[in-house]
Amino acid sequence: MRVLVTGVAGTLGRIVAMRLVERGYDVIGIDRRPWPGAPESIEMYEHDIRKRTAEDVFRARRPQAAIHMATVTHLVHKSPDRMRVNLYGTRAFIQHCQKYDVKQAIFVGRHTYYGAAADSPLYHTEDEPPMSAHTFPELADLVAADLYASSALWRYPEITTCVLRIVYTLGPSKHGTLASYLKGSTVPVVMGFDPLIHFIHEEDAAEAIVTALSRKLHGVYNVSGPSPVPISTIVRAVGGRPVPVPATLISLGLSRLALPNLPPAAIDHLKYPIVVDSDAFKRATDYQHRYDERETIDAFRAAR
Amino acid sequence: MLDNLLPTDPEVAARVDALDLSFNKFGVDPYGIAKKDLVRSMSVFAWFYRHYFKVDVYGLENVPPRGRAILVGNHSGGVAIDGAMVTGSMLLDAETPRLAHAMLDKFIHHFPGASRLMSRTGQFTGNPEQAMRLLRDDRLLLVFPEGARGTAKLAKDADSLVTFGTGFMRLALETKSPIIPFGFVGGGEALPTVANLKSLGRLLGVPYIPVTKWGLLVPKPTRFQLLYGKPMIFEGSGHERDEVCGAMVEEVRTKIRDLIRQGRQLREKNITEADLVL
Repeated sequence: MRVLVTGVAGTLGRIVAMRLVERGYDVIGIDRRPWPGAPESIEMYEHDIRKRTAEDVFRARRPQAAIHMATVTHLVHKSPDRMRVNLYGTRAFIQHCQKYDVKQAIFVGRHTYYGAAADSPLYHTEDEPPMSAHTFPELADLVAADLYASSALWRYPEITTCVLRIVYTLGPSKHGTLASYLKGSTVPVVMGFDPLIHFIHEEDAAEAIVTALSRKLHGVYNVSGPSPVPISTIVRAVGGRPVPVPATLISLGLSRLALPNLPPAAIDHLKYPIVVDSDAFKRATDYQHRYDERETIDAFRAAR
Repeated sequence: MLDNLLPTDPEVAARVDALDLSFNKFGVDPYGIAKKDLVRSMSVFAWFYRHYFKVDVYGLENVPPRGRAILVGNHSGGVAIDGAMVTGSMLLDAETPRLAHAMLDKFIHHFPGASRLMSRTGQFTGNPEQAMRLLRDDRLLLVFPEGARGTAKLAKDADSLVTFGTGFMRLALETKSPIIPFGFVGGGEALPTVANLKSLGRLLGVPYIPVTKWGLLVPKPTRFQLLYGKPMIFEGSGHERDEVCGAMVEEVRTKIRDLIRQGRQLREKNITEADLVL
């Protein structure tokens, strides 16, 4: 089976692509970034998913399945074309799937879709609406991309569409939102708050995506690994020191000192948990994560 | 952190060990309850529970030792000392210790420190999804259907009841959970509120600031009476019409009023424990 993977040069994209090759899939990769040293068995195209050249790959190669990972997910990424990449990129992906008769489409989204708020319940289920997109413009485009991809479920019923909302990934690559937050030896936390953080080993996240493909999953599913851990515990476990900063200081705009890379609305993500219920995914696929909370953190720490 | 310096009470630690919770490799349960933080905070609280205040608890045997249940009772006093004492009685006095999950008012998790403490001890902002999930997981819920209007009762009205919400009844019906009514007496004496400053409260992000007889918001050492009634089991789907659900709620409210009346009688030594009808 021929599988097209967008965003293949990203950390998770690479792991997914390698796994697909191991399982005997023919993998076509598209990314505007290069992947130096990519295995020869992967057919690489250095294109932007929004451009005609990417569409040509769909037309010429006719993949049976496609996985969309070409989204900008970092909270810190503020480039003006972020919204275009996330939203127009997702639209192009879905439309190409429809036009070129792709049987199965997987959109890889994030659990931050649900937003962080003082009064939201722990363990979000898939039917919940995004509650705080309006408070966090930097994430609004991802929420919109997620909803757009979900609309393919009724718009193009002939495609087996699957939207995955995966928790923060962590692992030896040291890449991702959570990993960059944990990078320094001192890590700023919001004084008096200690939210649970839901994370999964990057290998487990990749396995979940491959599982969604092989089980021909249809619908919207949360994906998580071990049960969540408080942020201060994670910081200490990776060998860092949590430095409490009063929320008022951060909201006064002094955050530049303590949290140089975070947009102001990200502070809610350091105060309140986003934890998801992934029972539906586990029931549909028999998926089980391999790395527990300690092993995942140790894998990140060892590479640090 | 300062709380690292506080001593832990070995009895509290043993009781936390006996809780029916599964902690992961970091000592945290799936709801974020941290064993270490629970032991520390409850060790401090246990001193207040046993020595500063004194709680006479009756009918503890009416609370099931395991399985889902909802504790439903009255607010008595300007802040929710009653909630703390009920949680205390479940963890420190019950034969099989249980962790009660109180459904908190929305404002609490906005406060630094409070949010952290509540998150690590299993106390969540009350919302139906959270409550439903905890009950389906066979946890013990603590609900004050009077809400913030209940704590806002002034000391002279401490033994009265304001109207009840119906949310707890719909939850009980839908999850088939028994309701354990309780009456709490003495909060009005511990913290005799004479006024509530609503505008100042709004400014600070709380429903109101209670003002006591002595001005400060410091409770005086007080003996409380806490009476647990027999479990009440209602049949239904949780989707009944308001009148039907309201009648069931009224039944619980009547029972709680009766428990408060008996608690008051005990407090004033007009009756003894032998006279109680729980």
